[in-house]
Amino acid sequence: MTSDLINNLWVFVLAAFIGFEVIRRVSPLLHTPLMSLTNALDAIVVVAAIIICGRHKSTLSTVLGAVAVAASFSNMVGGFLITDRMLRMFKTTRTKKP
Amino acid sequence: MNPLTAQQLIDLAYIIAVALFILALKWLSSPASAKRGVLAGEIGAVLAVVATLCNYEIIDYKWIIVALVVGAVVGVPLGLVHMTAVPQRTALSHACGALAAAMIGIAEYYVRLPHVNKFEMVEISLEVIIGSLTFTGSLIAAGKLQEILPGRPITYKGQNFVSLSVLGAAVLLALWLIFHPEHARLFPVMVGVSLIFGVMLVTPIGGADMPTVISLLNAYAGLSAALLGFVLNNKALVVAGALDGSSGFILSVIMCKAMNRSFTNVMFGAFGQVQVSAGGQKEERTVRSASAEEAAAILGNANTVVIVPGYGMAVAQAQHKVRELYDTLIKRGVDVKFGIHPVAGRMPGHMNVLLAEADIPYDKLIDMDAINPEFPQTDVALVIGANDVTNPAAKTDQGSPIYGMPILEVDKARTVMAIKRSMSPGFAGIDNPLYYFDRTLMLFGDAKAFVGDIVRELAGGQ
Repeated sequence: MTSDLINNLWVFVLAAFIGFEVIRRVSPLLHTPLMSLTNALDAIVVVAAIIICGRHKSTLSTVLGAVAVAASFSNMVGGFLITDRMLRMFKTTRTKKP
Repeated sequence: MNPLTAQQLIDLAYIIAVALFILALKWLSSPASAKRGVLAGEIGAVLAVVATLCNYEIIDYKWIIVALVVGAVVGVPLGLVHMTAVPQRTALSHACGALAAAMIGIAEYYVRLPHVNKFEMVEISLEVIIGSLTFTGSLIAAGKLQEILPGRPITYKGQNFVSLSVLGAAVLLALWLIFHPEHARLFPVMVGVSLIFGVMLVTPIGGADMPTVISLLNAYAGLSAALLGFVLNNKALVVAGALDGSSGFILSVIMCKAMNRSFTNVMFGAFGQVQVSAGGQKEERTVRSASAEEAAAILGNANTVVIVPGYGMAVAQAQHKVRELYDTLIKRGVDVKFGIHPVAGRMPGHMNVLLAEADIPYDKLIDMDAINPEFPQTDVALVIGANDVTNPAAKTDQGSPIYGMPILEVDKARTVMAIKRSMSPGFAGIDNPLYYFDRTLMLFGDAKAFVGDIVRELAGGQ
């Protein structure tokens, strides 16, 4: 169990560093889409929710899992949708006029 | 080599998904590649979900499908909200993410009972506490942004002590559960106390601090997802949570720097209380005001104009009128740019999205550090619904509550025009000496109507 903890800590620390380096370079122009995109990516918890809901260990875990699936999947769908909509609005002076 | 097992294939799909997530964020570095980034993220997400649906542990798909449909039905409208509603939508999605993480943590605890070891219990309690407080905290933030709840800070005497005691109670319950995981009756109490703490965390924070709060809640939501990855030993969640968490953290730091305040000050400072003492000297000073006709004449004769938008522009929904003004001035050969303060609006990047929606090209949206050296060569700085972010007291008056906050130096422009409803001080309640300068003209009125009048005058004068 503890070796899992250490392994996960490795992954967490390295991923956090990648996150810092990548996100530091995101243009301040795009900070709102950044937030909605990371929200959509964070909705990957839906995979854990699907397993909890589907393996049906108890009624409680199925119900909680179903709520979690709905909540995170709405985030995933809504997050990608709005990020895409926002990014479509960003045009330069060159691309603006046909 | 043996062929891969189903579980290994699923893990492989997760690894690809996670790599795509990192690429998605990398491509967000510029608007040109950003759309590719969203596509990468979408492919990664679909891959992960499809792979998960193949997991052998799943014995019943009925509720999964129902929940996925519900999620899509809720998610699509949340993805189609108007751009002015993006801050509250973002707060809501932090709430959804945190809710999901908390629910899964709670379910895991009950599934594993009575065989929960100390390490697992540390992970579960930490995850559930952070998930729960982020859930209610984000709901309160969304309520304030949607103006269902009052946006001003709600404070009372001894508030910080009470709030911290509640958090302390949650931590004590968690500690007890770590050593006695079988005391299952205490678990819902810990969840409840954390939910209450989330409410107490955000209610004292005012609307002007929302960009920091939203970023901080983003970091918490990411952290709870990463912790969930620890609980379930799922590295895809650890990575996605770490990415989301670091994004939220970086944004919080940027927002705090842009207000020259610390995390602790935002969370426990109760900005609202400082103003009372600051409003001491209230001498009568004269301001110069101008009509739309005069403003139009000045703008029409300028060579360079910098427009500084603030939350007031969003409230008045003036961004489309501002675009008309931009078009009219550009047609006359005036060089028009926008100066964007990092905390203008209610969330990071808020002004950029509103102006992009109004079809203003993004290469004209200049952030604070790049635009400030240009103000001395600027003929007219037009301030629309921004106040504190242009307040020169932040540079000169050590007694001012916003002293030290970096500002857009509009006072260096040859002429400053500020559209404002009245002389009442801004959100933070701090008087703005900018309005009393000789070179400042006040344009009193509703931002949308006033900009519309200027556009009409400019068109008529041609």
